Amino acid sequence: MSKVFSFHGGIHPPGNKKRSTRAPIGKAPLPKTLMIPMQQHIGGPADPIVKVGDTVLKGQLIAEPISRISASIHAPTSGKVVDIAAYPIPHASGLSEECIVIEADGEDRWIEHQGLGDYTRLKRVDLIEHIRGCGIAGMGGAGFPTDVKLHLSEDHIVNTLIINAAECEPYITADDMLMRERAHEVLGGIEIIAHLLRPSHVLIGIEDNKPNAIHALESVLKHTELNIDMVVVPTKYPSGGERQLIKLLTDIEVPSGRIPADIGIVCQNVGTTAAIYRAVHFGEPLISRIVTVTGDAVLHPRNLETLIGTPFSTLLEACDLRPGALSKLVMGGPMMGVTVENDQIPVIKTTNCLIAATAQEMPEAPPAQACIRCGMCEQACPAELLPQQLYWFAKGREFDKAKHHNLFDCIECGACAYVCPSSIPLVQYYRYAKSEIRTEQRDQQKADHARLRFEARQARLEREAAEKEARRKARAEEAAKAQQQKTAAKDDTSVEQASAATAEPDLKQLKTAAAVARTKLKKAQKAYDEAAASNADNLAELEAALNDARSKANEAEKALTAGAPAATEGGDDNLKQLKVAAAVARTKLKKAQDALKNAEEKGLDGVDKLRTTVATLEQKANEAQQAFEQAGKATTPAVPEEKPAEVDIKALKQQVSIMRTKLKKAESALEGCEDETEKARLQVEADELKQRFEQATAEFDKAEQVLIERAANSGIDLKQLRIDAAMARAAVTKGERSLSKAESDDERSQIEQDLVAARAKAEELNLTLSQYE
Amino acid sequence: MSTVLTAVIVLFLLAAVFGIVLGYASVRFKVEGNPIVDQIDAILPQTQCGQCGYPGCRPYAEAIAGGDAINKCPPGGQSTIDALADLLDVEAVPLDAEHGEEKPRSVAYIREDECIGCTKCIQACPVDAILGAAKQMHTVITSECTGCDLCVEPCPVDCIDMIPIETTPNTWKWPEPPSPMQLIATDRGRGEAAAEAH
Repeated sequence: MSKVFSFHGGIHPPGNKKRSTRAPIGKAPLPKTLMIPMQQHIGGPADPIVKVGDTVLKGQLIAEPISRISASIHAPTSGKVVDIAAYPIPHASGLSEECIVIEADGEDRWIEHQGLGDYTRLKRVDLIEHIRGCGIAGMGGAGFPTDVKLHLSEDHIVNTLIINAAECEPYITADDMLMRERAHEVLGGIEIIAHLLRPSHVLIGIEDNKPNAIHALESVLKHTELNIDMVVVPTKYPSGGERQLIKLLTDIEVPSGRIPADIGIVCQNVGTTAAIYRAVHFGEPLISRIVTVTGDAVLHPRNLETLIGTPFSTLLEACDLRPGALSKLVMGGPMMGVTVENDQIPVIKTTNCLIAATAQEMPEAPPAQACIRCGMCEQACPAELLPQQLYWFAKGREFDKAKHHNLFDCIECGACAYVCPSSIPLVQYYRYAKSEIRTEQRDQQKADHARLRFEARQARLEREAAEKEARRKARAEEAAKAQQQKTAAKDDTSVEQASAATAEPDLKQLKTAAAVARTKLKKAQKAYDEAAASNADNLAELEAALNDARSKANEAEKALTAGAPAATEGGDDNLKQLKVAAAVARTKLKKAQDALKNAEEKGLDGVDKLRTTVATLEQKANEAQQAFEQAGKATTPAVPEEKPAEVDIKALKQQVSIMRTKLKKAESALEGCEDETEKARLQVEADELKQRFEQATAEFDKAEQVLIERAANSGIDLKQLRIDAAMARAAVTKGERSLSKAESDDERSQIEQDLVAARAKAEELNLTLSQYE
Repeated sequence: MSTVLTAVIVLFLLAAVFGIVLGYASVRFKVEGNPIVDQIDAILPQTQCGQCGYPGCRPYAEAIAGGDAINKCPPGGQSTIDALADLLDVEAVPLDAEHGEEKPRSVAYIREDECIGCTKCIQACPVDAILGAAKQMHTVITSECTGCDLCVEPCPVDCIDMIPIETTPNTWKWPEPPSPMQLIATDRGRGEAAAEAH
């Protein structure tokens, strides 16, 4: 027999175990509905894979683990899934969590299942995967998924396997009864775990208050080849604590913040070993467990093989709950368990005990008194902490200090509160402090995460702003460059203009010459008019002279208009003057006409004279108007000719067409005219327009030639290109028209495809064309 | 005379040596930035809500380092104020109500069928916790939402609600045990009565 060591502290509360070991393990009745919580232990919850309304068989997988530390959940009986929603779960908070509710059909029909046979021939990974698939979780307390522990030999050297059979907490006898009645299952499970972990020796820790269990185990241990030592330890609470049991059996302390595997030890609960045995040899998933139902409020306290999901009320009824006697329903042991208010809460994989206590059995805790610093709690603490110090820190909300005093090594066994003479609920304070610290850590994590995201966003916004600024700068630079180029080009043209102006003949001279010619013309006209009035003989002669004079005047005018645009302002001035002159002449004419009318009415003598005056004035007014119009014409079209060498071909084209229209108008006016004089004048005008039209056409042709040449230089026939572009455009139009006519979808999609191609082609050609035009 | 001179020389030499050492240390161990700002920033809850009047938690941390009041952070509440008071060694003062009240943590929720896809909330979110595109429905990534409220106001159709985070068994906290101070029944309320009498 191995040596038994000791751990610090510990207490000896009354066991109260015998009452529930009198009867053998019974079978809990099948409840009408079972509620199976998705989260039954620490780690991630399972994810339901069944839907409401599905029919399930006993042992069928109903929820899959979603993370590494999570366990599968199976249907505990056959029936129908009636709801998947939040229901109260066995948790200290009394809160609800997602549960699958199964309505039992009463048949309790198993799904097809079978054991693995000789598991030693399987690969270890496959065997562990099978155990994971059966949803085995630690049945001692925390419900840690067992497969995670079975993987430990991969990255740790495991030399000792400890089977925890201590069951140190009062009232609970589930493991005791299991060992008494199913010792071979326990041993089988130990063999499987030993096969997986390959420890050099196996220890079973059991308290000396279970002689029957010790006897049963000893009798089966004779048949095993494994090196298994059963270590009977003295009854002391909490020897069943993992770290305390390790200390008891090996005298090694697990360092704070580490796991037993770090010192080469793995612990498993006896209940878990039996579950592994059933999973491997029979393929049965973990769907039931042994629950101790005890307390003074039940008439027949005993252990029941209970399906997971069975409500507490069913168990209490099965053990004959005394009506009215129940004052406190405790889930778990009296030391570490939690009080529940609701008896509809279901049994889960970690529910080992249910105490229906009467008021005498578990009276209300007396009011806490002030701490007298007796130090008894320190004497009782199995984790060698300073409970009193931790209490002060928790009370004063100095959680950081509590953490520094290793608050998280506290196993919440309740030994300190049990011995406290002031009845201070110490464990409550530690639980409170722990959850506050955990919340703080969670908040801190969240805050750090938020800070990262905020900073990332800030960086992104800054980067975007910088990029935008850079783009803006680049654009501004480009614009400045373009502006510079433009001004440079403008300077060149203005220089050219200046030189052109100096090269032009003197504007003033031209003006004078034009004026002289005009006067001469006037005189000739006057003479002709007079001659015409008096029916003189030399009329033809005079007419020739008049025409001569007119053409001369026209010539002079033309010379003047050619020179005028060079100095636009001068031309404008001239134009204004002419306008004024025309207006004056018109006014004079009107006055004279009025006077003539007056005279004619009154039959005065001077009528004839007045008539001549009116005629002269009429002539003058006409002349002035004509001069003004000519000047106006001369200035306006002259402007485009002043454009730099790179003439817009479009403007040229436009000008040609304008000229053409003007010429046509002038010609039609000429044809329609009957008056000889007027005809002559119009003729001159038409000639002039013709000349200008020809000039404009020539210019346009030249510009076009340049374009064609340029296009030819880059290997493109501009004419051909133009034709192609026009054809492509026509194709697009045609396509569009046929699309609107098309009826069947097939046809339409075909046409649409063609149209897209045609459009792309037309666009491409247009683009090329625009490059050269 | 010579003793005096020796003393002066020795003191001078000592001063020179210490001066050199200190000068070297100030260059060699120069601290970049203000470390107290980082420490303050680490305490602030990082909701980036701007209720303190600064555009984010870090600007407020800088302001606190510059001497601003420590009680302007409603999301952090009294625990943040206590932590700041502890860090800066100043007196912990109650939360300044001017900047808002301490509310339970909440997350934004977009009533998706009412969302018109204007992207205004996306631009307002300081932690990029809202997903969506123009004229597409938006939604909040709950795990990233800090509950800062900033998206509620810009919403033109008021389809964003702030929903308090529900306690789950995982986030549930053990309550603080009742104080053992009221031992004697007749003692109850005496303090308050005394306070009222004054």
